[in-house]
Amino acid sequence: MSSRESDVQARNTADAVARRSYGKLVAFLAARTRDVAAAEDALSEAFASALKNWPLTGCPASPEAWLLTVARRKMIDVGRRRRSGEVAAAQLQVLADELDATAADVAKDFEVPDQRLALMFACAHPAIDAGIRAPLILQVVLGLDASMIASAFLMSPTTMGQRLVRAKDKIRQAGIPFRIPDREELPGRLGAVLDAIYAAFAEGWADPGGTDVARRDLPEEALFLGRLVTELLPEEPEALGLLALMLHAEARRRARRNTQGEYVPLAEQDPTLWDSQMIDVAEKLLLHANALGSIGRYQLEGALQSAHVYRRRTGQANWTAVVQLYDALWTLSGSPVVAINRALAIAETEGSGAALKAMDDVAADVRLTEYQPYWAARAELLAKTGAYCEARRAYEIAIGLERDPAVRRFLQRRQLALALSGLQSDIV
Amino acid sequence: MQYLLMLYSEESGWSKMSPAEQEQAMGAYHAYTEALTKAGVLAGTNRLRPISTATTVRVANGKTQVLNGPYADTKEQLGGYYLIDVPDLDAAISWAARCPGSSHGIIEVRPVWPMQT
Repeated sequence: MSSRESDVQARNTADAVARRSYGKLVAFLAARTRDVAAAEDALSEAFASALKNWPLTGCPASPEAWLLTVARRKMIDVGRRRRSGEVAAAQLQVLADELDATAADVAKDFEVPDQRLALMFACAHPAIDAGIRAPLILQVVLGLDASMIASAFLMSPTTMGQRLVRAKDKIRQAGIPFRIPDREELPGRLGAVLDAIYAAFAEGWADPGGTDVARRDLPEEALFLGRLVTELLPEEPEALGLLALMLHAEARRRARRNTQGEYVPLAEQDPTLWDSQMIDVAEKLLLHANALGSIGRYQLEGALQSAHVYRRRTGQANWTAVVQLYDALWTLSGSPVVAINRALAIAETEGSGAALKAMDDVAADVRLTEYQPYWAARAELLAKTGAYCEARRAYEIAIGLERDPAVRRFLQRRQLALALSGLQSDIV
Repeated sequence: MQYLLMLYSEESGWSKMSPAEQEQAMGAYHAYTEALTKAGVLAGTNRLRPISTATTVRVANGKTQVLNGPYADTKEQLGGYYLIDVPDLDAAISWAARCPGSSHGIIEVRPVWPMQT
């Protein structure tokens, strides 16, 4: 093999290991010390050594075990240098022995124990600021860099970097454990992990055209995490529900834009463009979750997606069932966003007037004044009741709040169509 | 790891209680302290006298200023503490949740920063 070829092979192997095992290695290295930042530093040095050594020596039989051994040595070196600092000498020896013992086991059967879930629970611990949990998981479990995460979450790289550092410091200094919570604690704590994964998915979802390089990969990463959680906790209905929900949304990604890049709402999408394989998997997940007999937010949202897909594919709508699902979701979450969707479903069963009334019940919620879908939904319903002037104003606000140009153009077209129909009704 | 559980509550709550209620509350704290001791995690505890007994001291420009009253004039005041030694934050949180103080006030959980010796 030429040196160039072996360079490429080393890089490819390293990339593959990074993709597959980054979080596994960080979780393993940081489990005892809870020092995530030190584990990340050591691991990135180990990757650098790999790129230097592997082209010369060939890729090792177990790249994971190789990286782990090197990273472990680096961590212990750093610890020794810092001995006067926080890590006491005795503690350091314990760490070295423990890492030696486990690393030997790992080298023997080439298998790094998977503690990624425990790591995710640490990142989504209630003692960690809720807003930083998703970024933290993306960085620590997947190895995404801070500037990429910053741009995905519309935050400055400096601020994001500082918040991530602070969160890692908190894990270490406050002694947040790397463990999967007990049975009775699990439902509440798992919720935070799932919320963080969904937040990552939703951030990427805001850029369906994939025009923003940084945001483009987020849904894929979130799906990876969602699958990981269901693999590690296969009998948790909400984890299954979240994966189903994300798969349903992802299955329609291509259909959300036409060939000109214009936004296409669900009601006008071409179902043949949907990824039917993904939908099938999502449906199976929902069935499995349902059989486990404990309902929750993500299962309900997944079920709603499922109902919409069924309606568009068969042309048969069961709006009463949809309203019931929204009712259940509203009881669970009390989210004004749910109330809006519920109102839109009511429009189908009881008409626009009833829907507007249902919407008025939550209109006082200040969170809605800056929420584009609320104004767009309102505009739609007002237009249907013939209140064109009010509808036009509601569209105006919706347009002003939207950050995706394609959706903005879609709303502008709706507003314009409204102007025309308003004109006609004036003439008639 | 050592954690300091700081018990904050409204002082007026105590004086509003009937003697029987006060006795019951004291009993709950005794039981809690006993449980911590039995579990081998208690490193220290004390109750503090009311803020009316508090004095604040600071030295500015070489001059000692002594003031009557607590440092922070908040509704909830620090009324006592437990110093516990447990494996991690989750364990500390679950002990904090068992403390009677968490149902009539707030408990702040802070990891102790060990001094180099």
